[in-house]
Amino acid sequence: MTSLPARALRAGRLVLAAGAAVFLATTVAQAQVSAPPGPTVEAIKKRGALNCGIDTGVPGFAFQDNKGVWHGIDIDYCRAIAAAVLGDPEKVKYTGTTAAARFTVLQAGEIDVLIRDSTLTFTRSTVLGLDEVAVNFYAGQGFLVRKSVGVTKAAELQGATICTVTGATLELNIADFARSTGAKIGTLLFDKPEEAIAAMEAGRCDGYTDDTGSLAGMRSTLKQPDEWFVMPETISKEPLGLHIRSGDARWQKIIFWLDNALKSAEEFGITKANADQLKASTKDPFILRLLGAEGDTGKALGLDEAWALRAIKVAGNYGEMYETHFGTKALNLPRGQNNLYTKGGLHYPLPIR
Amino acid sequence: MKRVMQAPLFKALFGSRGNTVVTLLMVALFALLLPGLVRWMFGHAVWEAANRAACRLADDGACWAFIRARFALFFYGTYPEGERWRVHAGLALLVVVGTGTLFSHRRRGAWLLALMTVVPVADAVLLAGGMFGLAAVPTERWGGLMLNLVISFVALGGAMPIGIALAFGRRSTWPVIRYGSIGLIEFWRGVPLLTVLFMGLVLLPLFLPNGVNVDNLVRALVVMTIFTGAYMAECVRGGLQGVERGQSEAALALGMHTTQVQLLVVLPQALRLAIPGIINIAVDLFKDTSLVSIVGLFDLMGVVGQSLKDPAWTGLASEGYVFAAIVFFFACLVISLGGSVLERHFSAVPRAGKS
Amino acid sequence: MTGKGRALAWQAAAVVSATAVVLYFANNVATNLAVRGIQFGFGFLWAKAGFDIPFHLVEWDVNFPYGRALWVAGVNTLFASAICIVFASALGLTLALMRLSGNLLAVGTSRALIEVIRNTPQLLQIVFFYFAVLQALPPMRQSVTIGTSVFLNVRGLYVPAASGELWDWISGITLVGVLVAAVLWKRMGMLVPRLLVLPPVLIVGLLAAGFTAQWEPPALKGFNFVGGVRIPPEILALALGVSIYTSAFIAENVRAAILGVHKGQTEAAFSLGLTKGRTMALVVLPQALRLLIPPLTSQYLNIIKSTTLGAAIAYPEILQIFARTVLNQSGRAIEVMTLVLGVFLVVNLIASAGMNAWNRRLALQGR
Repeated sequence: MTSLPARALRAGRLVLAAGAAVFLATTVAQAQVSAPPGPTVEAIKKRGALNCGIDTGVPGFAFQDNKGVWHGIDIDYCRAIAAAVLGDPEKVKYTGTTAAARFTVLQAGEIDVLIRDSTLTFTRSTVLGLDEVAVNFYAGQGFLVRKSVGVTKAAELQGATICTVTGATLELNIADFARSTGAKIGTLLFDKPEEAIAAMEAGRCDGYTDDTGSLAGMRSTLKQPDEWFVMPETISKEPLGLHIRSGDARWQKIIFWLDNALKSAEEFGITKANADQLKASTKDPFILRLLGAEGDTGKALGLDEAWALRAIKVAGNYGEMYETHFGTKALNLPRGQNNLYTKGGLHYPLPIR
Repeated sequence: MKRVMQAPLFKALFGSRGNTVVTLLMVALFALLLPGLVRWMFGHAVWEAANRAACRLADDGACWAFIRARFALFFYGTYPEGERWRVHAGLALLVVVGTGTLFSHRRRGAWLLALMTVVPVADAVLLAGGMFGLAAVPTERWGGLMLNLVISFVALGGAMPIGIALAFGRRSTWPVIRYGSIGLIEFWRGVPLLTVLFMGLVLLPLFLPNGVNVDNLVRALVVMTIFTGAYMAECVRGGLQGVERGQSEAALALGMHTTQVQLLVVLPQALRLAIPGIINIAVDLFKDTSLVSIVGLFDLMGVVGQSLKDPAWTGLASEGYVFAAIVFFFACLVISLGGSVLERHFSAVPRAGKS
Repeated sequence: MTGKGRALAWQAAAVVSATAVVLYFANNVATNLAVRGIQFGFGFLWAKAGFDIPFHLVEWDVNFPYGRALWVAGVNTLFASAICIVFASALGLTLALMRLSGNLLAVGTSRALIEVIRNTPQLLQIVFFYFAVLQALPPMRQSVTIGTSVFLNVRGLYVPAASGELWDWISGITLVGVLVAAVLWKRMGMLVPRLLVLPPVLIVGLLAAGFTAQWEPPALKGFNFVGGVRIPPEILALALGVSIYTSAFIAENVRAAILGVHKGQTEAAFSLGLTKGRTMALVVLPQALRLLIPPLTSQYLNIIKSTTLGAAIAYPEILQIFARTVLNQSGRAIEVMTLVLGVFLVVNLIASAGMNAWNRRLALQGR
């Protein structure tokens, strides 16, 4: 498929060649859907490491401790995938990606999966050729405002100036919100959240806007946290999750079911501590299938039977991961939408059978 | 009283009405700024604490405990603790051979050859490992100040030949070469480093054959090297223009080949003239390495930014960036001081045509 | 083969190999774009932007297309560059004169300042100045008021806005006329110094325009001041950060240029009875300017490039608006970065050509 554009180029028609190539690529991509082999998994196994694209630093999702070890819910997912595919959670190569470069890096094949508090949008799916396979954090764009200004709803921010960071769709959401409600809200765009927050504290703007997951962490870093509050209302939907290139069906299924396994584990009370014991003692066929004591879920994905067990044993089930990074001992963010559907949340794990 | 008024120091400060005004203004400025700064940096600073909450008990002082807790991270990134001796050894090798090259009169050629061949290879092996029983350390674990140093040295070393070639190219009488060189130089000097770094990160893989992947660090190195090379070219060109015409004429009269004249007679003198400019480029380059954090590499600035995301330490941006500024200041000062030593060292060699 | 023939052969070889390299890369790019399913094209420039630009000198609305955002951000970049060039030149001259002044404290401070400024990353300095400026300005409810309708607070400087057709015409004609006259003064055969004539003309023209205009003063409503023209603190911080940084380099250039003027010139001026200040202003500096222009040109080009650091402190310049927001929204990394690079190249080449022309004129006059 590379020879046609190359030949056309030699004729000196670069533009035409690119057009033809795009057309060709689409047809080839369509042809690949039915093909069973998973080039991404094969590449990971050959390499012996998972290339995981992560944020360069955001509390709760991905950050380094004093020793330089990565932590966060996105990191736990990277490690769980590595454990499922390669059998070792340590076999991950982390690539820090900036907001501007993250999707290009994924497109270029430099990373196998992008877990970087990113939302899938229509444009990213169609123009960039990406899929968001699973959601590991439901967020929405919220506001952190000074209590003394006395507003409770986003619509009351008419005429206010809000500090935020570039590189996401935050400014677009605000403009959309302003257009739909008629409230005129000014935005001030910074490169980094610490500068945006400091400017807000200095009185340059009336509030700060970001995903609800980040806002909770931000508030705790303020000089006088009690003077500020996070508005309960959100103005956008931000399902943050795991992104891959479109077209590799097997890789997509592995990621999709791994996420379901982690959430199912919470639903069925399988934890990091009791997983091994449950596998030996339980009579529940669902748990037995999930942990690989029965059936052949692994084979269908091209993995071995204990793939889910290993993934769960890395950092526990989804609820345990959340508790570690966002729970009362960490950022103290109530689970809300990020609870299981049985407890009023949005996480609805599909049955593994 | 009269004696005091005639003392040179007094004269220099209060010699005339204008002088007195300037002096008083300066004193007022210092009195306004210094006390608060000293209180923040030393007086009320906290040196030992486990996390930010423990630090914030004294609110108007700096939380240096943050810097202390992450000191190793700031200098080595996540380079494995047991392997850090390799970083020290690599730096020591560079310093020893570099000093040897600068101060040896008789064997400078041998030292220079070692600096250009043995040191880069040995340092690359030391840092990357994977052979001679050294454990491999992938480049994503390189970070902190060490990364700034690596990028600076590689880019400066690589920029020399590029700069020299482009400088000669710009002076060439062949229009293709001349305008080609001018075009390259002006392109690279005309665009902000930030944008070309980003282009390098995103676009370099697109320019290479499909499937060939280049290390992130290598991409930054390529961009920084070419970028520095363009500035180096102008600096060397200035040096070439400063070499007296008589030099090349004399060499030609001795029967030397044109290439020999340029490389053996003109270039060494031009480089000597270009030393101050080269030092400036080195200082600028070192400061500019702080921009690679924007493309996702964890240099000192990147590690500081990243450390602010650890929930234990969030919100300590001032401390982090003041620390980075101090480190950069002293590193650049060392480069400038080394540069002036170098400059004096070379100007001590008597120049032809001058007594 | 003759020398000329050999030269031609070598150059032909260079052209061929350069073309081959370019074609090889172009081929790779085409293949890679195709394999990765990346679309290429500039059609997105006509798509609706949908975001707000907080500070704009030309009209902007969320419904305008991306292409217009490039223009708005480009004008902001040029505006910041122009301000920084003026500030940096003045500060650089001050620092250089301080260093040559002979006052021990001034010399010491100047040297120390230059060292600190030159040896720390520029980005850190800009962020530092931004927060210094924000600290220094009063909160919004305690604005400093000048007269009845000029307000200064942490959100910026608010001045009344003028509007009206007559205002547009008279002020426009005055500005353009004065600018053209300033450039072509000598060529128009004017004998009086231009500094004596043009500033009064400018003031009278603007005053006349002001009388015809409708003035809309800013007023505090809800969160912010509404109405009037707002000059944000970001532009001040960026101007401080960039110009103080560059002034340290300019100071060294100025010093070298001043020291480069022959000592006999100063002595001659003194013996003619000129004071120290007048000697500097009338004899030394004009001659130093000639030596100064080449290094000054590269400093000015650096300033234009440095304004991209304004992205860190929320100044809506081209890198922030285009290479961050537009890139992220449209996903068109290659096209966006190519455009940004192109804009900087064009601006820098024009600026460089202008400075070279000035240089040539001065050089001719000097002889």
